[in-house]
This record gives sequence, structure tokens and C-alpha cells, in this order.
Amino acid sequence: MSTPFYVSPQQAMADRAEYARKGIARGRSLVVLQYADGIVFVGENPSRALHKFSEIYDRIGFAAAGKYNEYENLRIGGVRYADLRGYTYDRDDVTARGLANVYAQTLGTIFSSAAEKPYEVELVVAEVGETPEGDQIYRLPHDGSIVDEHGSVAVGGNAEQISSYLDQRHQDGMSLAEALKLAVQALSRDTNGSEREIPAERLEVAVLDRTRPQQRKFKRIVGRQLGRLLETGGATTEAESAEEE
Amino acid sequence: MDFLSDHQPEMLPGKRQLPPVQGVIEAPHGTTIVAVTFPGGVVLAGDRRATMGNVIAQRDIEKVFPADEYSAVGIAGTAGLAVEMVKLFQLELEHFEKVEGAQLSLEGKANRLSTMIRSNLGMAMQGLAVVPLFAGYDVDRGRGRIFSYDVTGGRSEEHNFAATGSGSIFARGAMKKFFHDGLTEAEATMLVVQALYDAADDDSATGGPDVARRIYPIVTVITEDGFRRLGEDESSEIARSILERRLEQPDGPRAALL
Repeated sequence: MSTPFYVSPQQAMADRAEYARKGIARGRSLVVLQYADGIVFVGENPSRALHKFSEIYDRIGFAAAGKYNEYENLRIGGVRYADLRGYTYDRDDVTARGLANVYAQTLGTIFSSAAEKPYEVELVVAEVGETPEGDQIYRLPHDGSIVDEHGSVAVGGNAEQISSYLDQRHQDGMSLAEALKLAVQALSRDTNGSEREIPAERLEVAVLDRTRPQQRKFKRIVGRQLGRLLETGGATTEAESAEEE
Repeated sequence: MDFLSDHQPEMLPGKRQLPPVQGVIEAPHGTTIVAVTFPGGVVLAGDRRATMGNVIAQRDIEKVFPADEYSAVGIAGTAGLAVEMVKLFQLELEHFEKVEGAQLSLEGKANRLSTMIRSNLGMAMQGLAVVPLFAGYDVDRGRGRIFSYDVTGGRSEEHNFAATGSGSIFARGAMKKFFHDGLTEAEATMLVVQALYDAADDDSATGGPDVARRIYPIVTVITEDGFRRLGEDESSEIARSILERRLEQPDGPRAALL
């Protein structure tokens, strides 16, 4: 009879974390930024059908990096949770905090259960408030912890580099065009520091816009509107730099 | 909704155990809903009265709801059950849209509502019927469409105009005379309020515009731009202009005899 090798719990957890981190790092990064009128999600996504961002509920959006089938599973679970809660109680009773807690429980259970492989996903759950102070952004890494973020957050491939770039440049009260411009700049920086161009067709952009009159604040920005925003974002920065000169 | 019926079936209408009851249960009932299509969209409107036997249970009930961006549902019948049904219907359309990333077709929405009404058949047999009118803008076909239902969930598409509820016979008669093919949006909204006025005129359970309390019919318009509910200023304007004309002609506009 063969005896299984002893693996210390520390080692086992470290191996699992390593596995999940590598899986997430293979995917492209995405960023979530606060701007004056809400929260904007920006990511590079060559597919138009398979979304990285989606609506969960009235004020709540979802962003995920990593393995598609795993985060899609979590996304649908989140929509179910939110819809069921909203139907049972009231639409106001669905909160990002509650949802983030459910995700954290799910991810944590899967991560520490020896029978399953850990999910290779990193999630962002964001809720837009009545005012910028009311905005909430939660980042949920693969192991089921929750990080309460402010201003900007990046997940996926070279998230660390991108978030440090964003932290230095992100300001409160940016316009949508400015925030979008900053996000694209951050995403187009490669690991080795060189920049590459991301064409508008490869960008996936969505916003939670608190000024939207509808109850559901989530909106995808596509096509001409995206092009226009990218242009105005560029124009203002150019105008500013011209003034500086 | 499969998920709900697996996990919390008691939350779904029609899944509850009913106690045996003799006679009819007294509960507030909604009355008249009318809809009319015009080139470019559809108008759905309802009066504001709920009755319980001979008593007016509520003067300002709202019976027309947006189902989603491009459709609306107006309810006649047991108000409590109907409102819950609409809430579940709204939820289901929204849930489908979020999970699938695309909207159901208008036909699909109408079929879904049909199933929900059928599941209420047990209650309907005890006098708690729900009979909605479903109207929406068909984005694929580029026109407004109306679907009417019976208590058993039977669904039929109506052309040009439709009405449901206790005052529907009178409203339908009025619309038959007023309707023509080239209605504008403004004419269509005027038409439905006229029809509701005629229904209120002859049906005691349908409420007319209440100028003293500022309660006017709910009028909603669905076009390519989506669902829009007329504000109180707009609907009061329509109701008041009709009222003014009716002071001279109590029976409303006359149609040509031949």
C-alpha cells in the first residue's frame, strides 16, 4: 500500500493560490474607475458577444478577469441572487456589499475545498450611489477575500502595474471622457513599459451612470458614442497640454 | 421562473394551496384597460378605479405598468394578484435580458404572460381572475402590437385596438368609431382617453377623470424610443379638453352615419 506524500497546509494553499494567480494573469486586464457621474468599466476584449462586464441590478455592475466559464457561472449566480432578493423584498434591498459577500463566500469555499480546483477568476463588484461618496467598489480575488477599493481598481494580467499607474493619475471628479482616456492609457502599457495602440473595436466599455433617468443605471458604450468619447478625451488632454505650453 | 419554482415555489402565483371557499371572495378588482396602435407605436391606457362589489376600493390605483423598455401591461381583474403577476413578469423579462444579454422577442414575452395567466386558473375559478392586456413595440417588425388574453391564458393578437375589463364593451364601441389608419401619437392618446370616458359613462366600475382630486387616466406610449408614461400635466390636459367638449356634447364626438 502506497502512503500519500505529506503536504503541509501552507504549501497546499500556496500551490493553489499560485495556480489561480497564473490562470488570471493569462487573461487581459481590465480597469474600473470612478468618474464624476458614476463608474466606468474599461477592458480590452476582442469579442463582442462574450462580455467581461455586465449588469447585475439597478445600480450594480460586475466585471471579471480570468476564465470565462467560471466567471460566467458566478455572474449568473449573482443576477439570480439580486433578482430573487429584489423580488422578495424591495429593489433597494439589493446592495453591492451583500452581493460581494455572497461571492466571497462562494470563492472562499471553492478555494479551500480540496475536492475542487480553485476558480481562476478575479471579480469587481461596483455600485453607483446618489453621489460620488456613495459609490462602492469591491475587488474579490480568487481566494474569497474582499478588498474595498476607492477611485480606481485593476484586475487581470499585469494588474499591479496598471493600478499603480492609475493610482498616480486618477483624480476625483474626472469627466467620463477623461476617465476613459486614462483607462485606455493604463491598459495600453505593456509589461516591459512600451506602449501599444488598442483600437476602439477591441475595447469593451460600460458605465454605471447615476444621471440616467431609468432605474437601471448600467449602460454599454459602443460604436459611435465610444469613438466620440475617445476623441473628446484626447482633444481635452491635447488642449490642456497646449495651454501648458 | 424555473429557479424560483425550485427554490421558493411558494413565492410564485398559482403554486399556493387554496382553501375551499363557498361563493365569491371580495377583493378589489381593476376595471378598464384600452390599447390602440398607430403608425410607429402603440398606446396603452387605463382608468384609475378599483372596485370591491359596489364599493369603490381605490380611486387612484395604477393598472398600467412598463414590462420592460419596449412593452407594457395593463391589468383588469383582481388587483392584488394582478400586480404580483406583473411584478413577476417584469422580473422575468429583466432576468432573461441580463442572463442572456438579449431581449426576448415580443412574441416570446406575450407567450410567457400567457403561461402565467394559465397558472392562475385555479384562482380564476374562484372569482379571482386576472385578465391583462399586453402591448409593445416589436423592434424586429418596426410596429406596435397588442395581445389580449382570457382567464385560461388563451392569447390572441388584436389588430388596431383592444380593451379588457368591465368597461371594455363600451370602450371598444367607442374605439371602433374613432379609429382610423393614419392616427398620430397625439390623436391616439386622445382616442384612448375618449374611449375610457365612454367606458366610465356607461360602466359604474370604471372611473372617469376626477378633476376635483386631480386623478386622470394613466396613458403610456411605446415607440421605437421605448416606453414613456405621459406626465400628469399631459394627461390632465387631454382629460380636461375632452371634458370641456363633453359639456356641450355629453355623448362625445359624432361619427358620420354613412
